[in-house]
Amino acid sequence: MTASTAGAPPPAPRPTNRRGVELSLLVCAVLISVFGYAAVGLARSDAVPPDVAGYGAGLGMLALVAHLAVRLRAPYADPLLLPIAVLLNGLGLVLIYRLDLETPRDEAAPTQLIWSTLGVALFIAVVLALRDHRVLQRYAYLSMVTALVLMIVPIFFPAVNGAKIWIRIGGFSFQPGEFAKILLAVFFAAYLAASHNALAYTGRKVWRLQLPTGRVLGPIVTIWLLSVVVLVLERDLGTSLLFFGLFVIMLYVATGRTGWIAVGLLLAAVGAFAVGSLEPHVHSRVEDWLDPYASIEAGQGPGQLAQSLFAFAAGGMLGTGLGLGHSILIGFAAKSDFILATAGEELGLVGLTALFLLYALLVARGYRAGLSLRDPFGRLLAIGLASILALQVFVIAGGVTGLIPLTGMAMPFLAQGGSSVVTNWVIIALLIRVSDFARAPVPDAVETGVIAAAVEAER
Amino acid sequence: MIRYIRRAAALCLLLLVALLVNAARIQLFQAEALDSNPANRRQAIVRYEQPRGEIVVDGRPVTGSRDSAEQLRYERTYKDGPLYAPVTGYASQTYGTTLVENAEDDVLSGTDPLLAPFPFWSDLSRGRRPGGDAVTTIRAPMQKAAYRGLAGRRGAVAAIEPSSGKILALVSSPSYDPGVLSGTGAPVADAWARLNAAPEQPMLNRAIRQTYPPGSSFKIVTAAAALDAGVVTDIDAPTGAPDPYLLPGTTRVLPNEVPGCGNASLSYAIRWSCNSVMAHLGVRVGLPGMVEAVGRFGFNDTGLRIPSGVAKSNFDTRMSDDQLALSAIGQFDTAATPLQMAMVAAAVANNGEIAQPHLVERTTTAGGLTVRRWGRRTYRQAMQPSTAGRLQRMMVEAVKDGTGANAAIPGARVGGKTGTAQHGLGNTGTPYAWFIAWAQAEGQAQPAVAVAVVVEDASANRADISGGGSAAPIAREVMEEALRLPR
Repeated sequence: MTASTAGAPPPAPRPTNRRGVELSLLVCAVLISVFGYAAVGLARSDAVPPDVAGYGAGLGMLALVAHLAVRLRAPYADPLLLPIAVLLNGLGLVLIYRLDLETPRDEAAPTQLIWSTLGVALFIAVVLALRDHRVLQRYAYLSMVTALVLMIVPIFFPAVNGAKIWIRIGGFSFQPGEFAKILLAVFFAAYLAASHNALAYTGRKVWRLQLPTGRVLGPIVTIWLLSVVVLVLERDLGTSLLFFGLFVIMLYVATGRTGWIAVGLLLAAVGAFAVGSLEPHVHSRVEDWLDPYASIEAGQGPGQLAQSLFAFAAGGMLGTGLGLGHSILIGFAAKSDFILATAGEELGLVGLTALFLLYALLVARGYRAGLSLRDPFGRLLAIGLASILALQVFVIAGGVTGLIPLTGMAMPFLAQGGSSVVTNWVIIALLIRVSDFARAPVPDAVETGVIAAAVEAER
Repeated sequence: MIRYIRRAAALCLLLLVALLVNAARIQLFQAEALDSNPANRRQAIVRYEQPRGEIVVDGRPVTGSRDSAEQLRYERTYKDGPLYAPVTGYASQTYGTTLVENAEDDVLSGTDPLLAPFPFWSDLSRGRRPGGDAVTTIRAPMQKAAYRGLAGRRGAVAAIEPSSGKILALVSSPSYDPGVLSGTGAPVADAWARLNAAPEQPMLNRAIRQTYPPGSSFKIVTAAAALDAGVVTDIDAPTGAPDPYLLPGTTRVLPNEVPGCGNASLSYAIRWSCNSVMAHLGVRVGLPGMVEAVGRFGFNDTGLRIPSGVAKSNFDTRMSDDQLALSAIGQFDTAATPLQMAMVAAAVANNGEIAQPHLVERTTTAGGLTVRRWGRRTYRQAMQPSTAGRLQRMMVEAVKDGTGANAAIPGARVGGKTGTAQHGLGNTGTPYAWFIAWAQAEGQAQPAVAVAVVVEDASANRADISGGGSAAPIAREVMEEALRLPR
């Protein structure tokens, strides 16, 4: 999946920085999105939407500004990251615009465009302001505390659609848990980078399992347990699953202890079973997953998951064409959690596969950056951020296609949801930053051990 | 750490493969089953996404489509809905389709593969063709005359062109507007409930889906059986039927409405509708002979389609002689659809041959190219041509100087037969007045129309009800329109 040179010593200085490749890919990404927008208009009203030029120019401007920021401050960054993000974001806007046509009273595309703009602005801000990702290491505990606060705050706000993950102030609402996942990834990376040796090689041996000393393992397990408990209280199983997966993957990458993974998976299975049978909201999701068509047999009509499967099936191999499907039958959350069903119906298995491959490429570039970096924090951060994307895609895509029980989560960049888009742009900005660091011709002379020790000392 | 990163990457790859395999499972292997799941509304949505093709009467569409802007978008509208309801049926988003709307649904909804310019076109393009049209054989003036003549009374009219089997008029009364069933929602459900609960059963297509005891009009069938079987060789010779006539094996007397039926000839019996003579002849032909003869007319045929299914007209196949005697005059369990009795008249008019009755002449694409054309075919040979000739003479006499005088049309050769059928327990129900007839314009080689009329009139004086009184004028008006039409 990743580069074959990964294990080799750092590559020799590169003569090219590949910014030209990035620019031409960006042009393609913007054009594909604009074509998709025009195709929706042609399919629905036999005319290219009048604002197609404006839409194209807007998206093009965002892409251009982002590109300039990268060119200015991260000239050696991976040239695939930004174009893929722009393409996914553009396609998401097309799909949301297409679904807006079915619900004229509830237009989500303009809002999504504003959020995307904000996301790109944050992307630029991060790329410009964060000159060295290792700075983040200093704020490990601050990010941890902030993440916990962000996760706890929504409990004091009313539940929306069964999940207490929203903060609503005025007409403005966002999901703080989305931002929390970046902060947690930063904390995990910093903490594991500082103590991975202690985790891996010290401690007592209990039966065949070598347990690290409580002093090392304690804080991280506490944080993790706390976050899981908070999430179960908020009834947001998807994010809980994501945090757990992130924790396990980063722990494994840092220590290589398969035994812990096994224990972790066992705990997760027990936890999932307990939550699945006790919590009614989650229990119904599991029932749906086991038999998506039960409500049809009971004479209550198809449930959301069944409607989603119908949509995928209607797409077949080549899809119905943009604007010509009926995925709006899914009803509630068609533009957010179930956006992939629209892609599956209108773009077919071919289009869906292309989307999955785009995500896979994004994740692979993140992993590649992780492999090329020399400092453990950068490595773990890259792996963590890429894994967030991978897990998120798997959890929601697997959910809407009936592979795993459905949990509410946003498809990165595609789905309607401001907090999610902004968060994902920040993730891309951080990946740009670490990949620039990994590919820069002159490796920094900083000894990684020094940074790690500094963090240890800060504790 | 590098090794572990690679393993984590492998896990991500595994997740990707799982997603792709699962997507292929849903989108390719389970697609067909999911697409055809009755709870999946896509098929219905696609079906109503385009206007439905039209049903055409006399060159003009009697249907239309209305853009409802709902999910099931185009709703059916009908011009003169009640008039043509027994022909078109309804096409409802909620309750499906009936009659021509049902029989020609593939063409009307655009799924018929023959609508495509090339074979397998629809498989490739995935799209539907615009709905095609169904051109009916109905003639608007005749349909209107029949509907006007029934004037809301319970009854039905069926008219056929004897030589071709074209159904020229098909009227059921009282009728309903099928347009009220188009669409979805509470108004449609209310209309459905109201129409189904109405005591006069407006949605019942009496012309082809309801059977009535045919009464004396059935005597034509019995006469044909007697002539074909050689029981009667000379229609003007006495038949030896006594009056009063005792039903065989009983002491019940079969009454006659008219005098002079004792030992009357077949010709006299048809002209004045003698019960005793025809019952006697039916018994002499015998049960097997009668069953065979009525079968040649289409009785007991469960498979007649025009293209909608026609209810089975009944003649019992196991009876005692007294029951046979009653059955031979269209009583007891004998029951016929109006269309069946029109076929009886058509058989007489067309020298004994019944052309396959049909309602749809051809189907066309939206652009007017013919998709299918109805080819003339023979339904059955009901009787020998010579028998038909003699029956024609007797039916003409019945109109000229007999019970059917009300159907006479100046300048045309008209043959007819009345019928009055009792029904209900102890014959307390309102009698059905029948009239079957055919008409031939002067100078024409063959009769232009055969018609059957049945009227049930609860408000009329019971003594007044007779085929000659209330049914024959309707038949005359329908036949006059038929003769007036350009051929």
